[in-house]
Amino acid sequence: MSPAGHVTRTEAPLIHIADVHKSFGKVEVLKGVSLDVAKGEVICVIGPSGSGKSTLLRCINALVPIDRGSIVVDGQEVNDPRLDKLQLRRKVGMVFQQYNLFPHRTAIENVMMAPIHVLKQDRREVESRARRLIAKVRLEGKEDAYPGELSGGQQQRVAIARSLAMNPEIMLFDEVTAALDPETVKEVLVTIRELAEEGMTCAIVTHEMGFAREVADHVYFTDRGVIVEHGPPREFFAQAKDPRTRQFLSQIL
Amino acid sequence: MDLTPLWEWFRWLYGATGVKLTIFYDAFDRQRFFDGFLTSVRLQAACLVSSVVVGVVGAWLQGSRLKPVRLAVQGYIQFFRNTPPLVQLYFFYFALGYYLSYMTDEGLRVALVSNFAWAVICLSLYAGAFNVEIFRAGIEAVPKETIEAAEALGYSRLRAYVYILLPLAFRISLPALNNNLVNLVKTTTISYAIAVPEMLYVANQIWSDEVNVPEMMNVLLVIYVSLVGVVVWIMHKWERALRVPGYVS
Repeated sequence: MSPAGHVTRTEAPLIHIADVHKSFGKVEVLKGVSLDVAKGEVICVIGPSGSGKSTLLRCINALVPIDRGSIVVDGQEVNDPRLDKLQLRRKVGMVFQQYNLFPHRTAIENVMMAPIHVLKQDRREVESRARRLIAKVRLEGKEDAYPGELSGGQQQRVAIARSLAMNPEIMLFDEVTAALDPETVKEVLVTIRELAEEGMTCAIVTHEMGFAREVADHVYFTDRGVIVEHGPPREFFAQAKDPRTRQFLSQIL
Repeated sequence: MDLTPLWEWFRWLYGATGVKLTIFYDAFDRQRFFDGFLTSVRLQAACLVSSVVVGVVGAWLQGSRLKPVRLAVQGYIQFFRNTPPLVQLYFFYFALGYYLSYMTDEGLRVALVSNFAWAVICLSLYAGAFNVEIFRAGIEAVPKETIEAAEALGYSRLRAYVYILLPLAFRISLPALNNNLVNLVKTTTISYAIAVPEMLYVANQIWSDEVNVPEMMNVLLVIYVSLVGVVVWIMHKWERALRVPGYVS
């Protein structure tokens, strides 16, 4: 576990989010969100459903264009119309609630596809990397299984390996355990924690408070499109100041 | 292999029962009927392949960000789906064909596009219009989250279509595609109307010469049942080969 505060905040943050606004039709989902993530830092975003957490993550890798404000990822302005999306998405991996594996390809093919199709890397080299990643997420022996033959937790770990195959610098996790059976939640969280311990920069949207407390360097609480409160996990969970945060925590803990 | 005894048996059959299958024992009829059969098979194969290509490309263009492109695809579908294929064939052959021809010094009109080519073009566009709609339905059945995952991995729209969306949509579309392709195989007989020497056209020549309409009708029906059977069998094999554990079809 990376203890809170080990990250040097002096250098420019890897992700810089400033005053981001986003509306879907008449619904304003993000109303001026700002936060920074330093290299190697792990942040957790918690908050009630519909508070804009997932949208915020999707803005970081330009899956959702923002209306106003600025998101800079490793010096690259995401809101720039000339943005090279491929360059951005190589750097930023994403794992989804519903795993979203490609059901017509086996586990190892899922991991190998993007480096071969998108990065045009050598197939043999990609395959040996994919085998290492499958082993890393503890799925040896499942290389040739199709997603439909794997449990939710196993599929989610394939999805993590698939993202890591692109050698990202940042990983976004969007409620990755929300669709899982309670007994498989742990195996996925263990995988994410290992990544965090290896120094991967992670932005995690989660409802697993115990996990957030354990893994995060910094916790953000969002409600109705704004960040209500944030802080290092120990302070955040022990002495939340805002009544909305306290109410949310009392409901969920 | 010498088939003469077989041919002679059909000659005997005619003598004994009056069932007149000249396509077996008459060398000239045999040759022209076989040529007609080959023309039919070539026509069907060309139409099957190109109508699927039209469907795949059309379905991709239908998802274009550019409105004029989407409207053009929509217009194409409406035109070809809502007019009779025979009228389309006449339109291509007589109307467009006229403009795509030139007069020689001897006063002969020479077509730039052959009857056979017109039939392939017209029937591929006709069946292709249905294929676009069939693939579109398949594409809409693929969860948009799957495509989002591809985008997050850096896939462009075209690459995501080729490697992820189409393979998944195709599996969902196969049963409907199957139907349309069977229909296409049968519809190729309308190229008779522009004198493509396919099986029906040749059969017509033969029964005019030999006055054996019932026999030739039966021959045609049996051959068409077999040809469609082959297509259905191939499609079924294909469907099984594409089957993925834990996924539809």
